[in-house]
Amino acid sequence: MSPTYAYYPGCSGLGTSAEYDRSTRAVCKTLGIELVDIPDWSCCGSTPAHTVDHALSCALSARNIGQAEKLDVEGIITPCPSCLTNLKTASHRMRNPEFKARVEKLLDEPVENRLPVMSVLQVLFEQVGPRRIADRVTESLSGLRLAPYYGCIMNRPPEIMDFDDCENPIAMDRLMAALGADIAPFPLKVECCGASFGVARKGMVMKLSGKLLDAAEDVRADAMVTACPLCQMNLDLRQKQINAANNARHNMPVFYYTQLIGKALGLGEDSLMLDNLIVRPVGAFRKMEEVRRSAS
Amino acid sequence: MTTVLLNKSYDADFVGQVEKESEQNLSLCYQCGNCTAGCPYSSFYDYPVSQIVRLTQTGQRETVLSSRALWLCASCESCTTRCPNNIDVARVMDVLRHMARRAGHKPEPEIKIFWDTFLNSVEKHGRVFEMGLMAKYIVKTGRVMTDADLGMDLLPKGKLSFRAHDIVGKQNVADIFKRFNKERES
Repeated sequence: MSPTYAYYPGCSGLGTSAEYDRSTRAVCKTLGIELVDIPDWSCCGSTPAHTVDHALSCALSARNIGQAEKLDVEGIITPCPSCLTNLKTASHRMRNPEFKARVEKLLDEPVENRLPVMSVLQVLFEQVGPRRIADRVTESLSGLRLAPYYGCIMNRPPEIMDFDDCENPIAMDRLMAALGADIAPFPLKVECCGASFGVARKGMVMKLSGKLLDAAEDVRADAMVTACPLCQMNLDLRQKQINAANNARHNMPVFYYTQLIGKALGLGEDSLMLDNLIVRPVGAFRKMEEVRRSAS
Repeated sequence: MTTVLLNKSYDADFVGQVEKESEQNLSLCYQCGNCTAGCPYSSFYDYPVSQIVRLTQTGQRETVLSSRALWLCASCESCTTRCPNNIDVARVMDVLRHMARRAGHKPEPEIKIFWDTFLNSVEKHGRVFEMGLMAKYIVKTGRVMTDADLGMDLLPKGKLSFRAHDIVGKQNVADIFKRFNKERES
């Protein structure tokens, strides 16, 4: 029987990262992972909530954990690292009964806090695995050189996130290699992109995301691949701003890893929404074809 | 660089409060500087994170709570991950900004407004309404040109929704905020 998970899409999946949500659902379906949306899920509060108060932040996540407990599922999964970190931190801290009681006072009903919380990346890597994904590839990505960028909080802090390596994660590298792609040794895998400061303090994002794009260029990547909606938005949507601010000329596509898995598994544009990327990936794909032609 | 006189301004209550709220033993910090070395935001801070910890150890309430660094921290968890003494530094930074908020400090008003507007959106709709958040942020800060250039890229792709995604249980979410505010007042 295929495993069933309570799926937490996260707010950006309804707007700025619709292609991540869509491709995640399509890839999971194709690979036999069943997703049931958490009924009437609400926002986890993201960074703003935990900068105000930890009980408030945990309560916003705990409402969703409680909603998921009403389903017959093995665990909760989410594609977004920010939602993941909030859900996992809430679950972790509520193991302290005193803190759990404080959180529950903010909620309408108590939560059991029994379901494991994982990223979609962890489930694809550990439950399906690169080998089984490689067996399903119909359109290899050989010739496409990728810089895998995990963002800062997918694997940190290790005591709470409990997946992969906190300094040099490899899950996405292995999955992309299973699709046939060429993996560049990307030294800034877990460096922060500037997070949500793009609005209030744009200069910080221009500098930090600019450094990531420079590094991807330095390792001769054709594209970057990421697992975080905020990282993707900073690197892709803000790439023009970054170029203007840093006097650079990057033209670096930034894929969600689920889009590339979907492409290699032969899923169509409806599932992948590659047209939604701001930096168009046509050049990278054309180069991929050329590399293959010259190799054959 | 501001000189901080440690001998006249040691506030023991402050140290105790930070340790209690963060559940961290700050005396374990021996100033190795690993947190600062890995912090992507050091160049924007007034005090690098290791100095924030040192100032906290030495009870410098006002200097710490009025620091801009607290608001510029993105919680990227570099410091926590790399601390050789397992101090959850990012959690200490979080607790310090909780205290700074309660004491009414706002050295980075735009960041505070952005975070507050974000949470207001969650309180009202149950989920974040990205377009509404941007509109309110612009009204509150008067920074009318904030990311206006991005709209041209976002709109044709349907990446910005013009309507909020209100959830059925939005009252449950609003109640979480209501109870939290009440708890805070008491």
